Amino acid sequence: MDPTSLALAVGAPQTFDLLDHLDLFLTPLIYTVLIAVFSIGLGFGLGLLAGLSRVSKNRLVRLPATVYVDVIRGTPLLVQLFLWYFGSAAVFGVLPDPLVAGILAVGFHSGAYQAEIVRGGINSIPRGQDEAARAVGMTQLQAMRFVIVPQAMRLILPPLSNEFVIVIKDSSLASVIAVTEITYTAYLLVGTYFQPFEILIFAAILYLILTYTTAFLMRRLERRFRIPGYGEH
Amino acid sequence: MSDVLIETRDLRKTFKIPIRQPTKPGLRDRARWTRKEGVSSAEPPTVPPTEQPQAPNKFLAGLRKEYRDLEVLKGISTTVRKGEVVVVIGPSGGGKSTFLRCINRLTEPTSGEVYFEGQLITSEEKGKGAGATDINEIRSHMGMVFQSFNLFMHLTAKRNIMLALEKVRHKTPQEAEVRAMEALNQVGLSEKADSYPGELSGGQQQRVAIARALAMDPKVMLFDEPTSALDPELIGEVLDVMKKLAASGMTMIIVTHEMGFAREVADRILFIDQGVISEEGDPDSFFTNPKNERTKQFLKRMLTERAEAVVVPGEN
Repeated sequence: MDPTSLALAVGAPQTFDLLDHLDLFLTPLIYTVLIAVFSIGLGFGLGLLAGLSRVSKNRLVRLPATVYVDVIRGTPLLVQLFLWYFGSAAVFGVLPDPLVAGILAVGFHSGAYQAEIVRGGINSIPRGQDEAARAVGMTQLQAMRFVIVPQAMRLILPPLSNEFVIVIKDSSLASVIAVTEITYTAYLLVGTYFQPFEILIFAAILYLILTYTTAFLMRRLERRFRIPGYGEH
Repeated sequence: MSDVLIETRDLRKTFKIPIRQPTKPGLRDRARWTRKEGVSSAEPPTVPPTEQPQAPNKFLAGLRKEYRDLEVLKGISTTVRKGEVVVVIGPSGGGKSTFLRCINRLTEPTSGEVYFEGQLITSEEKGKGAGATDINEIRSHMGMVFQSFNLFMHLTAKRNIMLALEKVRHKTPQEAEVRAMEALNQVGLSEKADSYPGELSGGQQQRVAIARALAMDPKVMLFDEPTSALDPELIGEVLDVMKKLAASGMTMIIVTHEMGFAREVADRILFIDQGVISEEGDPDSFFTNPKNERTKQFLKRMLTERAEAVVVPGEN
């Protein structure tokens, strides 16, 4: 049952014991996780593509990626969310599924930041690595794929985990286009029962669990891919 | 004629070095860069940008860029025969490394030609047609060893060697592994096959780098100051590997500052200074009877540095 119909059914406003209605947050939690997971995935794909394009020697490859990064980074996510939602309504004539619009907005937004992380990672691999790869006869693409990117990936794990945590928190902005995720639900409940403190604290705890788990998993990944004798001084 | 492996003809390389102009007064005048090509390095870098008529930059009016030309190679012509060991020496900044890197076009020469097994490899044509150069294919037949080793940091010693065998030579992983172990054995490091570069000493890393190049069965090995980044006590092991390699008949071009090694291993010495080969000859006459004045000075300096480096115990 969604919060509003529940409120109507029990005859709000009256005292509301959050602990009795934790299940209200189950679907919203799933929605938040969905936005986060798909946005991170989409953002990673876009980030890899745009980040690699931005280190290309070819201007025509660099240009679209640069425009993408600059436009996305230079405008608020909140505005982008509205644009994805109402923009697609203007283009296609129907309002899109808020969840889909939310994933696209947050994903494309994160992609721009991840592109910069990828670019930074690639640029911090010493030139000699590329030269050594080219000197044994590898093509530019092979050098990228087998030498530069595998090393850059390890380097960018810490900033990437930072970005993933940000995406989880940014997913809360999707509440403005009525995605029934954690923040949207908390907002509805607060509006119905006027008990902002406990409801919002509970929402915050849910986010904390998600972000902490992500950070923990990323640290395990870092440890797993650590190169013996390298970068541990 | 047929035993000439590498020939360079009038190889030139000019680096363009941007010059930062002092900011001129005036709010609208933000020109700090000015474009001017073909300035020789002899000219002072502070030529006022207003003196040259020039088109303003397409994108940013008033933003211009001035380059100073640094002529590093001023026409190097030489030939290297199969099996020959050529040692290149000379003062820092003289163009030794640039010359070496131009041979496999890791640095693109500005002009001049490089022939490898009689084939012109500096042609502008791309693709696989006649007259075109597949530089990746050519490079895979020229081993290169760098001053800073440049082992792939994320791969074990063995995998460092296997990578190009698999991806460039299209060998199966099994074949590549067998060849990698042979190459490691050749440099005396088979027990380090599964170590990562970060776990190896500098000398060991450089030997793995030599093995990586050797495993491709190159027709020539290019060494770019292979011992310059090593602690003195680790230089010997690398030089020993190189001596063995020279004795086995490998064609080698070696840029080095190790004079004793040069004299011992070289068939021919090239002295490159200020972008030209200012003296060349067999090691004995080169070291005992140099003709060029700058060569004499250079050798004298190298030998005194050596003498000063030796501290005799008990003496004060």
